[in-house]
Amino acid sequence: MNIHEFQAKDILRAEGVPIPPGEVATTPEQVEAIARKIGGMVVVKAQVHTGGRGKAGGVKLAKTPAEAKEIATKILGMQINGLTVHQVLVTTAADIATEAYVGIILDRASRKPVFMVSPAGGIDIEEVAAKTPEKILKLPIDTRYGLQGYQANELGFFLFPDDVKKVRAVAKIMMALYQAFMKNDASLAEINPLVVTPSGEILALDAKISIDDNALDRHPELVALRDETAEEPSEVDARNSNLTFIKLDGDVGCVVNGAGLAMATMDLVKYYGGEPANFLDIGGSSNPEKVVNALRIITADPSVKVILFNIFGGITRTDDVANGIVTATRANPLKIPIVIRLTGTNEEIAMKILTENGFSASSDMDEAVMKAVALAKGGKAA
Amino acid sequence: MSIFIDNSSTVIVQGITGRDGSFHSKQMLEYGTRIVGGVTPGKGGQKFEGTVPIYDTVHEAVKATGANTSVIYVPPMFAADAMMEAADAGIEFIVAITEGVPVNDMTKVYPFVKEKGARLLGPNCPGLITPGQSKVGIIPGRICTPGSIGVVSRSGTLTYEVVYQLTRAGLGQSTCVGIGGDPIIGTSFIDCLEAFEKDPDTKAVAMMGEIGGTDEQEAAEFVKKHMKKPVVGFIAGQTAPPGRRMGHAGAIISGSAGTAAEKIESFEAAGMGVAKRPIDFVELLKARM
Repeated sequence: MNIHEFQAKDILRAEGVPIPPGEVATTPEQVEAIARKIGGMVVVKAQVHTGGRGKAGGVKLAKTPAEAKEIATKILGMQINGLTVHQVLVTTAADIATEAYVGIILDRASRKPVFMVSPAGGIDIEEVAAKTPEKILKLPIDTRYGLQGYQANELGFFLFPDDVKKVRAVAKIMMALYQAFMKNDASLAEINPLVVTPSGEILALDAKISIDDNALDRHPELVALRDETAEEPSEVDARNSNLTFIKLDGDVGCVVNGAGLAMATMDLVKYYGGEPANFLDIGGSSNPEKVVNALRIITADPSVKVILFNIFGGITRTDDVANGIVTATRANPLKIPIVIRLTGTNEEIAMKILTENGFSASSDMDEAVMKAVALAKGGKAA
Repeated sequence: MSIFIDNSSTVIVQGITGRDGSFHSKQMLEYGTRIVGGVTPGKGGQKFEGTVPIYDTVHEAVKATGANTSVIYVPPMFAADAMMEAADAGIEFIVAITEGVPVNDMTKVYPFVKEKGARLLGPNCPGLITPGQSKVGIIPGRICTPGSIGVVSRSGTLTYEVVYQLTRAGLGQSTCVGIGGDPIIGTSFIDCLEAFEKDPDTKAVAMMGEIGGTDEQEAAEFVKKHMKKPVVGFIAGQTAPPGRRMGHAGAIISGSAGTAAEKIESFEAAGMGVAKRPIDFVELLKARM
């Protein structure tokens, strides 16, 4: 789960990371009031779950409260990478002498969280890693013991080799960042940039935290931070129905059990010349209700021209899926064709249910995908 | 022969009385797996299905039965504890089926299990099966048949799909292993490839990877350097958009890393066969055996 910059900053501030004062607003009037309260030059920042906000015009400086209000009028409601801006953060504009990058990401290879720090801050860290890897220090942490003082110092010395005062300040920030990462079950926590002001003060100007979805059950306080207006509505609907759904641009709506098979099904649609409309995993347990919800979500997308079911029954009982299809289409008759592939647990019963209710089904994946692609193209099914 | 499990494996089930644990314990018993005990705290002394003794702790179960393998079906928030308990009790092979284990928990479990000298498979995996001998986990037994193809995969149902197609084409399997879809897992592709290379009953390997991370690239490097047996690979997620978690917690393309294209390229560079569709495994494996 992604959270907004202002939420990430609240978390880091609570751990003791120095962050300039700021508040979030949803109207230009609020922005003006906050700018007046903070005083001086402020920066107005769009709060959306995507990168490239600056380039898109979603981050602007304002000299006066009136100018902040005027800027907010433009930013609020604007689209950045397809997402509408509903909130802005108004914060003190800091003067910058130097910029650094600090972050913690979960590293699969070492099976540990890894600190990454670089004096080349403010830019894309992946680019730094690709072009000038010597400018990045990577430090894996054994979470059984946590970040040790000497390790925090090491990170500080990498950023400021000649300034022990700054090293100590950075070490403190590293400790706070690590605490925030572990306490909140983050999969990513980064400060980019971490700046030094002309007066020598160290400040976190931007922050990003992603929470491990698997850990949300033990963090109701973080679930409350979820901003559903920042997501695709169909994906919110799917999550509330316990389905994993990701909307794509094609016209073949896919309903599959299991993530790997769901991806392989999308790929096969593409292989046979079609375009998948979505990724949808109905999961392992069989529950006809899930199928009903899946069909509702997929048919709500007007670009979907055909529905493709690909179910390999293991834990999932294919007769439950068949019952779900019958129930859902009885309540809301389909206006588009449906292609069903079922095999595995209780396949014979499922086939019988489907045939009795006027559906046809196949047990071969390639055959079903080819048929769905042909139907999406308006041709006759093979 | 086979890898990791065979008909001599003695298995305990952690969470044997739970919904998933009891259902799959019955399936494993039917398949012939030697389940010697179950663990559910508070239900020690009872019997599962009238035959399998239940213990309160893994230590007790191991002491009483001498089990060397454990399979875990406990809920995600308790799974890390269950894995550590198994390793601490001297279990040599721990199979964690549970989906949704917090990743930070796994950063503590992995070094602990390793220091105890145990092997962990999963979490968030379907387990494994040595057809005709033993199954530990949830892979449907009837789609498998004994033979000489080693199967290793990050996915569940996609594994079933490929195994089903292999069986239909008369290609039996030595062992089928699902390593799991999470970012931190106990057993990697390389661990399985190494075991298959040593296993005299395995003649060729089918490997199903997916987007995210660099496990497949490292596996390809291993194939190139250390394997004489032919390996055919497949990558799921060629049409996945970047930055989105595709169901599996580990299936996400970060920036430019972890794409299907770069993984397929590494397979080709290692001289592996590349299956474009699941069905392609059949011909590619036949041509190499």
